[in-house]
Parts: sequence; C-alpha cells; structure tokens
Amino acid sequence: MSNARFATIALLAGVLLIVGAQWIQNDYFFNAAYTVLMYVILSTAWNILGGYTGYVNFGTAGFFALGVYSSIVLWKAFHPPLAVMIVVGTLVAALAGVGLGYLTMRLRGHFFAIATLALAIMLFTFVTNWDYAGGARGAYVIVPREVPFGFARYIRYLFSVMVLLSVASIVVARVVERSRLGRGLAAIRDDELAAECAGVPTLKLKLISTALSGGMMGLAGTTFPFFISFVEPVGAFDLRYAVNAIAMPVIGGMTTWLGPLIGAVLLGTVQQLVQVTISSAWNLLIVGLLLVGFVTMAPEGIMGWVFAWRRRRARRS
Amino acid sequence: MDISYSLVANAIVAGLLLGGFYAAVSVGVAISFGMLDIVNIAHPAFIILGAYIAFLLNDTFGVDPIVCAVAVSPLFFLLGAGLYRVYYVAFESRGRGPLPGLAFFFGILFITEVVLVLIFGVDYRMVKTSYSETSLHFGQVDFALRLIVPFLVSVVMVVALHLYLKHTFFGRAVLAVAQDPLALRLMGINPIRIREIGFAISIATAGIAGAFLVVIQPVQPSIGREYIGLVFAVCVLGGLGSIYGTLVGALILGLAETFTATFFGPSWSPAVSFGLLLLALGFKPTGLFGR
Repeated sequence: MSNARFATIALLAGVLLIVGAQWIQNDYFFNAAYTVLMYVILSTAWNILGGYTGYVNFGTAGFFALGVYSSIVLWKAFHPPLAVMIVVGTLVAALAGVGLGYLTMRLRGHFFAIATLALAIMLFTFVTNWDYAGGARGAYVIVPREVPFGFARYIRYLFSVMVLLSVASIVVARVVERSRLGRGLAAIRDDELAAECAGVPTLKLKLISTALSGGMMGLAGTTFPFFISFVEPVGAFDLRYAVNAIAMPVIGGMTTWLGPLIGAVLLGTVQQLVQVTISSAWNLLIVGLLLVGFVTMAPEGIMGWVFAWRRRRARRS
Repeated sequence: MDISYSLVANAIVAGLLLGGFYAAVSVGVAISFGMLDIVNIAHPAFIILGAYIAFLLNDTFGVDPIVCAVAVSPLFFLLGAGLYRVYYVAFESRGRGPLPGLAFFFGILFITEVVLVLIFGVDYRMVKTSYSETSLHFGQVDFALRLIVPFLVSVVMVVALHLYLKHTFFGRAVLAVAQDPLALRLMGINPIRIREIGFAISIATAGIAGAFLVVIQPVQPSIGREYIGLVFAVCVLGGLGSIYGTLVGALILGLAETFTATFFGPSWSPAVSFGLLLLALGFKPTGLFGR
C-alpha cells in the first residue's frame, strides 16, 4: 500500500472515530480514551528510536514534559491557539532530541540510555526551580470557556485533536519504516559498525531519529495541561510515561508501526480498567510485570506471534 | 552572599562524608556495569529495598540498621545470583546484547518500587539510632555522626572489595572474566559461575548501602531514581571497573553536590550528578582513571 493511500485510510478511520464517538454520552469515556491515545503517540514515538534504530530511551517523561511545559509557558504569556502550542512544543522537544543525540550518540548504546535518564532528571530539576512555569508548586491552566468547532465539551474537542495527532504519528512512523531512512535505521540497529562501513551516514540518521522521536513525545505532551488543568513537575515527569512508552512497543512488537499501536491500545485500556476497578499502584505493577515477562519470554511481542503464525501458514500451503 | 570560612569548611566535610556514602552506593555498579558489562539500572531499587529491610528490622527488633544490613547481605547475595540466572538464560545465552536487558532491568526497577509502595505506602520512613542526633565539633566545623558512621563503614567496604578482587582467586577471576571469558574457559573455570558471583556481590553491596541511606536520610520508594544518575556518574567519572576510581569519583560528586546545595540551594543538587554525568559522557567517557 502506498504511503498516500495509507495516510488517507488512516485519516478516514480517525474522522470516523471522532464522529462516531460523539454519540457516546459518558464523558468519562473521553478521559480514558485521551490517555490511551496519548500512549499511542508516546509509544509510536519511542519505537522510532527504540524499535527501528535500537537505541533505548528512558527519558520519555523528559521529552513529554518539555511539550507540557512549553504549552504552559506559551499559554501564560500569549494565550495562543492550541495549534501554535502543538507546533512549538513539538519543535522544542525535537531540538532537545537533537541536542541529546549530538552529545551522546557517539557512544555505545547503553550510555545513550543512561544519558536519556539523566536528561529527564536534569530537566525536572530546572522546571522545579523555574518559578514562572509554576516551579515545585505547579501551575494551573484554566480551560477556555468556549469550545471550538461546536463540540459539546472541551474534553471531546481534546479527544478529537488527540485522534488526529495519533493518526499523524502513525503515518509518520509508517513512512519512516518503509523509506530509505528506515532501512538505514534498521541497518544501524542490526550492526552499527557494518552500516557505517557500508556507507550509511549513521550519525546523521541517528540524529534524525532522535529528533523525530523526541519531537513526537513532546507532541503528546502539548495538549496535556488542558486535559488535566493542574500540572506539577512530579506529575509531568512521572516515570510511568517512560515505563509505558517502553512496555507498549515491547508487548506489541517493535519492528512495525502496528506493534506500538496494539501495545498502547491493549495495555492502555487494561490500565484504565484496573485503575477504575482496583487501584493505581496495582495497574503500574501489571505494566512492570508484563514488560519483564514479554522482554524475557516473548521478545518479539504480539506481532512476533502474528509473524510466526503467518510463516507457519505460508509453509503449509 | 558572604562566603565564610566555616561555611566552606563545613561544605567540604559534609561533601567528603556524603562522598563516602556515594562510594558504597556506586561500588556495586562499578562491578556489574564496569567489570561484567551488565547495565543494571535497577541497582538503586535494591538499595531502597535494603533501606526498607533495615527499617523493618530496626522497627521490630530495635537492632542497629547497619548491623541488620550486614546480617541480611547474604540474602541479597542470593537474590543477585538468582537475578543473574534469569538474565543469563533470557539474554546472555541467546546473545541478545545489552539493550533488551536494559528494558528488563528497567522493569525490575519499576516492579520493586511499586511493590514497596503497595507494602509500605508512600510515606517517608526513618530510623533512629543512638548516634542519629549527635555531632562532633572541631572549631566551627561540625561532624554529624549519622554521616560519619556510614562513611567509615562504606570506606571499609570499598577497600575490602578492592583487596578481595585484587588478591583472592575468585576476585581475580571476576577481573579476568571482564577481560577475556574465553581464556577463563580454557583455564577450566566456568565464566558464567564467576559472573554470577560477581553480580551477586554487587547486589549484596546494594543491600548494605541501603542501610546507610536510611541512617542518613528518610526514605520513600521512589527516591531510588535519583540515584540512577548518581551511580552511573560516579562509575563513569571514576573510570569503569576501577574500585578506587569509584571512591574518588564518589568523593568528587559528594563535594560538588554539597557545594551546590550550600551556595545555590538544595533543590538544584540533583542536577549536579546528572550534569556531571552528561559532561563526562560527552567529553571524557573513559573517566578519570579509565583503563
């Protein structure tokens, strides 16, 4: 399927989802769905660097929080439209991705992983000490009274924005996956030294992939202040974003765009259900156990089972 | 701000004492990451686990937390051995490289944290020892005993580990397995077994460092994350795999953090270790005493 055709179908599916959801009466559905969609973007973003390129990023929360805080600062300063905040937040996080990549990408993979964690905690410290953005006390964002485009509630509007952003991220991930860039990234993942020798511009490709991945993580955060309306650093930098962003692609399968989507929808929905029915701590425990279980026993995730089943069927016929 | 003599002297003393504690926290990672090439980012989680066990034993039996920690360290040794077995079977034996292993340890870190939250809640816990409240005074400089005792025990532990690794058969085998596992196999030694013991020792030091932590400051399940940057910063600064280098790196970091806390405020100090780590990684990844 060509990229244009895939994008059209994905967009149509998104629009159908938005229109169809307006018949749902319960507003809680939109809260839950927003969170799941946020994880769809985060895990798709993580997978561009983690799955395609083979570099593990523990700093998802840092990039996410960059998006969150750039929106807060912009909103406090200018009250710009949501679209402006989305674009700026994405660019800020992408820039941070390039910076981090430039500083650490010459090193072996696990140093990169540790550096991402370091970046997240550095940013956390700066934000905690930044009074304009609320500091350690946190910042309130008053959700605008009038809802654009005639949606019944602001959360329904945010949900629709999130659907479109998810569609965009998935399309980007698929385009990357099937492009020359994606093949270069796969070469880096499989054997960086060999790729370099074969003439793949590894540093450049890795910087593109950190920028894309970081920017998309920031993108997932830009609308967050309006979703939750009170943001404080501990919440914005919560480790659960990092764990989920890793666990979802691992569970779904890291080699295609479909894996993170499956993982995020599955794990995100389960978490929403457990959070409502049992407790928040238990749902985190489930994520941790699933992550460890899949990474040790089924490293190719759910998509791995699908591929194995397809191979078996092809052999039989 | 007036920078007085006593302020600087106090900062130096507090920094060095804190650095001694940081050495105990990081020495396990110097072994697992520096020598065995196992990127155990869950190390701080085991420190917090050790802190809670020391707290629990102190709370129920009133035993000194550091004594408890040394007493339960064989359990941590076994835990480490078991964890290495899983890691070996799932990752090393299949030649899957360190990256899936990272995700594995990240999951372990998270699970430990959540289990501690489920058992103990998110309140800060602290122990009271006979020496918690006393300090020694030399002129204008204060030496808090709750820092001196962990400092001394931790320096003893680090020096003992160095001697053990340099002068005993097992210790030299651990150093050898880092350099050439095949040669070790040819000598008729099982490198897997040696790595298992090395990793187990590293987890045992985490358990003991946990008791120091709970003596020095109140603990809460999620504070482990703050130590991830710290332990790797110390190891990278000190040069991977060098035990004395780790001690020096830890002292540097302790000084840097205390000075930042004294002159800029404590809320900035987490940025110090991670900032140093990023700088070290960016500009001198072999560290000060790298091989």
